[in-house]
Amino acid sequence: MSFMKELTKGLIKENPTFVIVLGMCPTLATSTSVNNAIGMGMAATFVLVCSNIMISLIKNVTPDKIRIPVYVVVIAAFVSIVDMMMAAYVPDLHKSLGLFIPLIVVNCIILGRAEAYANKNNVLNSLADGIGMGAGFTLALTVVATFREILGNGTWAGLRIMPQTYDPMLMALLAPGAFITLGTLMATINLLKEKK
Amino acid sequence: MKDKYTVSPAPHLHDRTSIPNVMWNVVIALLPALAFAVYYWGWRSLWLTLIGVVAAVATEALIQYLRKVPVTVYDGSAVLTGMLLTYNISADSPWWLPIMGSVFAIAIGKQAFGGLGNNPVNPALLGRAFLLASWPSLMTGNCWIRTLPHKLSESSINGISNLSLIHANLQGVSAKAYDLVTSATPLKVAQTLRDSSFVNTITTDPATNLDISGKMFKSLFDMGTLRSLFWGNVGGCIGEVSVFALLLGAIYLLWKNIIEWRIPLFYIGTVFVLTFLFGGIEGAGPSILLPFFHIFSGGLMLGAFFMATDYTTSPLTKNGRIVFAIGCGVLTVVIRLVGGYPEGVSYSILFMNVMTPLIDKLTMPKAFGRVKK
Repeated sequence: MSFMKELTKGLIKENPTFVIVLGMCPTLATSTSVNNAIGMGMAATFVLVCSNIMISLIKNVTPDKIRIPVYVVVIAAFVSIVDMMMAAYVPDLHKSLGLFIPLIVVNCIILGRAEAYANKNNVLNSLADGIGMGAGFTLALTVVATFREILGNGTWAGLRIMPQTYDPMLMALLAPGAFITLGTLMATINLLKEKK
Repeated sequence: MKDKYTVSPAPHLHDRTSIPNVMWNVVIALLPALAFAVYYWGWRSLWLTLIGVVAAVATEALIQYLRKVPVTVYDGSAVLTGMLLTYNISADSPWWLPIMGSVFAIAIGKQAFGGLGNNPVNPALLGRAFLLASWPSLMTGNCWIRTLPHKLSESSINGISNLSLIHANLQGVSAKAYDLVTSATPLKVAQTLRDSSFVNTITTDPATNLDISGKMFKSLFDMGTLRSLFWGNVGGCIGEVSVFALLLGAIYLLWKNIIEWRIPLFYIGTVFVLTFLFGGIEGAGPSILLPFFHIFSGGLMLGAFFMATDYTTSPLTKNGRIVFAIGCGVLTVVIRLVGGYPEGVSYSILFMNVMTPLIDKLTMPKAFGRVKK
């Protein structure tokens, strides 16, 4: 597998949210605004890239029986770094994402890539995989958040899109809105794939 | 000669019941309520209903066209959904509200699951739940007040002004209590009066508060208010207010054998019994008239006869229907008496809709001759 292919597969072809359907919890919970979505995506990408590299490095010394706890410890270390960095430099975003930053520890995309990819491949490819998957996750979150924020608040990344008279559809920001948006997007993607 | 005999497997008995037949008959049964709505709230309620119906039919046709399945908008089921949805909103709603609700009801509530017969919950109620979650200010609270002055302020038999008269006779009632009785649906008044934190703010004297709230509560189910509720001369949604009009439609449906008596009877009966037992407040003693207030108010008549009886989303078995109806009744009373919303008909039916497959499974009768394992 070429480096470029590893890098780009996460964006569309193996998009972690829309195709592999992993990491649903942060996707549903943090896609209420585009700013949150990008922040969450970046944080998860950082952890994913670092944990992929680290796990790929230690794959030969990790005992097979306790590999999951080992991964979780590695991931948790990077999540702690992200958590503290965000608290220090982007406190507003950190506050609005709240619990979902620490919860990256149990994000199944990160554990899934560690288990399915990083512990079988070399460091360079794992880096590419991490970047690609992280970008795919960020993209998916941003797309979901775009619909939800425009419908539910009339804005996109804080910029007003809809006219002032627009009466926002509050449900788009609530949990049902997240499920319906995600389901509709996935159905659309499946439809497009079928047509190809 | 051979043509005269049909050789086919059972069933051999046929009648003329068909989907269009059923749906259009329900639409006909809903027309008296629309007539009353136009009488009380003016032509706007008719326009809103037409907008809702057109939006529902257009959405259904468009999606069926896109799905490349036969377009079946002539069967009336989309018309019915659009109508029922619009019956659930205020006559003063903006014009786009029934459109949003109908499009959601048909697209997400029905076609996303595969169309008529595959929807897990009643599309019209799902549309209403969507509107309530999306635009709560348009669906609850003060939106009903604006509907009142058109006709009701001039009216002599007006549930709300009845309450105001009661108020005028009470000494020392604060402005708060006055606002209450002039500004809400009867169920909202009942809910607020059940709230002790409100009652305690009427005056500074607890005994007076109990006396006032008790008198106001009792006025909710005196004969005058009940008469207003029966004819529909109260605040509420377009199609829910007139018990008389809805009963006319219900009798038509029962006579045509389109709906079955079990669901409405057990639903309304459960609400009657439970509100009789638990519906009172301190300061207003038990009364046989109180349950009549509860079954006449809100959307219970509309829900029990026209929504809970939906074929797709209610149980197939007779016992299952009884379980379903009692469940609806219990949930409605629980939401009305202890829940945060003044009205619980729509959520109770939606909840029991999703229970329907389970109820069917548990109440399926034993096949004749089969031995229990």
